[in-house]
Amino acid sequence: MSETQKARMLEGLAPRPLMPGNPYLPMPARVREIITETATIKTLRVVLEGEGAMERFHFEPGQVAQLSVFGVGEATFVINSPPSQKDYLQFSIMEVGEVTHALHNLSVGEQIGVRAPLGNFFPYEELRGKNIFFIGGGIGMAPVRTIMLHVLEQAKDYGSISLLYGARTPKDMSYQYELDDWLNHRDLHCTLCVDKAPEDWPHREGMIPNVLKELAPSPDNSVAVLCGPPIMIKFTVEALLGLGFAAHDILTTLERRMKCGIGICGRCNVGSRYVCTDGPVFRCDDIQAYL
Amino acid sequence: MSNDRFLAKDALGDFLCHCQGLGYTVYSPQKQEGVRESVVFAPWQKGCEIQLAKATVSPKHLLLPQSEVLFRFRHEKGEEGKSSAVHLEDTSQQAQPTLLFAARPCDARGFTMVDRPYLQGLYADPYYAKRREGLCVLTLCCNSGCESCFCHWTGGGPSSPEGSDILMTDIAEGLVLQAITEKGRKLLAQSDLPEAGAASDQATELRRKAWQSLDKAPDLTEAPHKLKELADNLDFWTEQSRACLSCGACTYVCPTCYCFSISDERRFSGMEEGVRLRSWDTCMARHFTEEASGHNPRALKAQRLQNRISHKYAGYPENWGSFSCSGCGRCVTHCPVGIDIRHIVLAAIALPDTQAKEARS
Repeated sequence: MSETQKARMLEGLAPRPLMPGNPYLPMPARVREIITETATIKTLRVVLEGEGAMERFHFEPGQVAQLSVFGVGEATFVINSPPSQKDYLQFSIMEVGEVTHALHNLSVGEQIGVRAPLGNFFPYEELRGKNIFFIGGGIGMAPVRTIMLHVLEQAKDYGSISLLYGARTPKDMSYQYELDDWLNHRDLHCTLCVDKAPEDWPHREGMIPNVLKELAPSPDNSVAVLCGPPIMIKFTVEALLGLGFAAHDILTTLERRMKCGIGICGRCNVGSRYVCTDGPVFRCDDIQAYL
Repeated sequence: MSNDRFLAKDALGDFLCHCQGLGYTVYSPQKQEGVRESVVFAPWQKGCEIQLAKATVSPKHLLLPQSEVLFRFRHEKGEEGKSSAVHLEDTSQQAQPTLLFAARPCDARGFTMVDRPYLQGLYADPYYAKRREGLCVLTLCCNSGCESCFCHWTGGGPSSPEGSDILMTDIAEGLVLQAITEKGRKLLAQSDLPEAGAASDQATELRRKAWQSLDKAPDLTEAPHKLKELADNLDFWTEQSRACLSCGACTYVCPTCYCFSISDERRFSGMEEGVRLRSWDTCMARHFTEEASGHNPRALKAQRLQNRISHKYAGYPENWGSFSCSGCGRCVTHCPVGIDIRHIVLAAIALPDTQAKEARS
């Protein structure tokens, strides 16, 4: 085994919050609030059941959860509230398949299951002192939201913090109720864009990779953090490389179909690495062949 | 081998009855009628014929049942029939002690390859752990190599002890039993089997001859490196997978294929109660990685074959330091179109580095 392989294996052993007990057994949780974001996306705020359960629950930004609708199944979602939010866990869910359909049909007060925290997280300690350029495409804004809010809580530890958030149309943009906060945040340079803009759209028009090229952030002492659909990631990574960002300084999340979420069932691997335990956060130099 | 015991062929039934008396459910190879007659590991009862033939399929189902309940759930209904509470019943600790009689060394070594991801990763699988703890493996050494098996290519051999609690050698009139683990020693100590004495020497000689009967194994040291280089060489994998039907037979008969799916089943009475199941799955099926959006990172059979072979000979070795193929040869025997994992690995090794990398540049 080579030295780099050993180093990679050690990396996987870094301490992080893990689920206690039987890892297949979901924790009971209750839907506290439902926000309709777009025609296809709803945000659920859920509260873990049991005395002190929310206080005891720790996670890092970027970690994910398997949400259960008992009788229908499980699917994976990033926890998109920051760790400092101890009142609830937030998940933004696009209705695509059976489980997301069932999640969309839930009412406030209904019970679901949560297996969390799963996966690794954004290495925000390593990013201290650097400029961070966040890029969220569509529902990919969910994981970006967590790490961005977390970093903004300690903005003085970082260089400049920027966000480029894009969606197909203004109506496809989640977190509309927060956009003004982000645009006016004193520590955040926020740019919004849509692929096709109506006349009254005051922000940018264009695909994320193109708008990114126009903004042309400097790669000096900078990292880019991006999430979005596979095609957007592919072209945005190309654009970042073109701007001079090193692949190592581009962080993204990979999504794969998952079942166990704990590195066993064999479904979500990219090469020898498992998105559920080695990811979902990767540096691009590790996974470029799989983008 | 002074502690070896001798088990006469006509005393096999009594010995297995004795093991049942110790609380074990006994599994042994048994003939099964079908389109093609096969030998499978099935529960043994007094009066069952005792087979010593190599089984058609591996005994991995003793640790990973084809389907098992992860937990039961029951909804409590509140107003308007909405679920107000869910009760879960954890079924992870229900497995009973099981004795596996007459597995082969490739089967037992297969267990050690499944043990690593299930027991030594970031999380331990409690269902597997409970079964593994209760499993006693009595392995029958092979007295010769066979045409389709290649255990010695992957670090094993006809009398490899890995994964076994007791190694048994067939010396015609009976079996010589050698304890490998403490569990095995205890089982032999609790039996009234006579000491093997001179039969031990006979067994040693048979084992030596079995090793000698093997052809020379090729050097697979370069396999992980070469397969990694070939990861996105679609031409290579398209060629290798041309005949593949994506039927998944290779994964079902394999002692080290351990992928599974999880699904919910509810009673027809409605949402009130049901079970979450885990079931064998196959990475050779297109839907294995297909996402709800329609996106599929392994949509092509070439990509799926690449994943399966590279997992066993590159990815798993990178993570766990050993191949995850015990060389049992069942995938070679049972592939309906004759795909041979040995040929693929050798073809990968034979490619010069530059050619392997071609697709990347």
